[in-house]
Amino acid sequence: MIGAIATPTTTWYLILSAVLFSIGVVGVLVRRNPLVLFMCVELMLNAVNLSFVAFAKKLGDIGGQTTVFFVMVVAAAEVVVGLGIVVAILRRKPNATTDDLAELKG
Amino acid sequence: MELFVFIVAGAMVLAGAVGVVLSKHPVHAALSLILTLFGVAVLFVSLQANFLAAVQVIVYAGAIVVLFLFVIMLLGVDNAENLRIEPFKIQRPIAALVGVGISSLVITAAVVSRNAVPPKTGDGLEVLAQNGGADHDGNIRKLARDLFSGHVLAFELTSALLVIAVVGTVVLARKPRKGELDEVAA
Repeated sequence: MIGAIATPTTTWYLILSAVLFSIGVVGVLVRRNPLVLFMCVELMLNAVNLSFVAFAKKLGDIGGQTTVFFVMVVAAAEVVVGLGIVVAILRRKPNATTDDLAELKG
Repeated sequence: MELFVFIVAGAMVLAGAVGVVLSKHPVHAALSLILTLFGVAVLFVSLQANFLAAVQVIVYAGAIVVLFLFVIMLLGVDNAENLRIEPFKIQRPIAALVGVGISSLVITAAVVSRNAVPPKTGDGLEVLAQNGGADHDGNIRKLARDLFSGHVLAFELTSALLVIAVVGTVVLARKPRKGELDEVAA
């Protein structure tokens, strides 16, 4: 029995990635601290990266890993810009939650 | 052995993710995020993505989380959020429903198609060494060959992206001078 399931297949990695992604989605929907929202977005990006790498292994194709490399670079840039915006907003309104950030509303 | 690694790393990933969502304190959320990122790095190693595992630890755990912690400490927004306050009564049940829906959809798709025969698009994840034996840098070599042959333009564009992001952030986050602030207010 144990020998039959000894190596985790791609499906296992995909299931783990799906669960990680949905935890990130729930976090974005529930939390109100802008910094924690960013962390939950990072969770979702990592879930997708994990499934890319799992498919790269399954298909024997290095393209999946190349894609993950680019995703990481863009995620780093995104975090830098996002945190810059958060700093600019929180300096003006300390302890603002996402409910208070309706400044772009027309 | 691989199963053991998968279970331990998967438990790390899920525990960290739940910690990010449920911890009241932003600093605790950032530390839980490190746990998740390390777990994903371990899974990358077991999926033969050695270079990406190293980048994951260096860039994510080393740079991005430190950036998060810097912002938390610098701004002093490290007061705990009261998770009991619920601005919209129905928000959390709907969020839970959306989460369960997304995960069950993707899991169903993965399980149904588990025996599908994939098209063999690639030729392996590693470059073999000259003598045909194992090559410890094979993954990096293969990744570099793909990156610098097919994706040179995208690679160069990411350098432009990073410079633009840094400049934009400096402009966004600097303190406005006196005259500018009046201009904004006017």
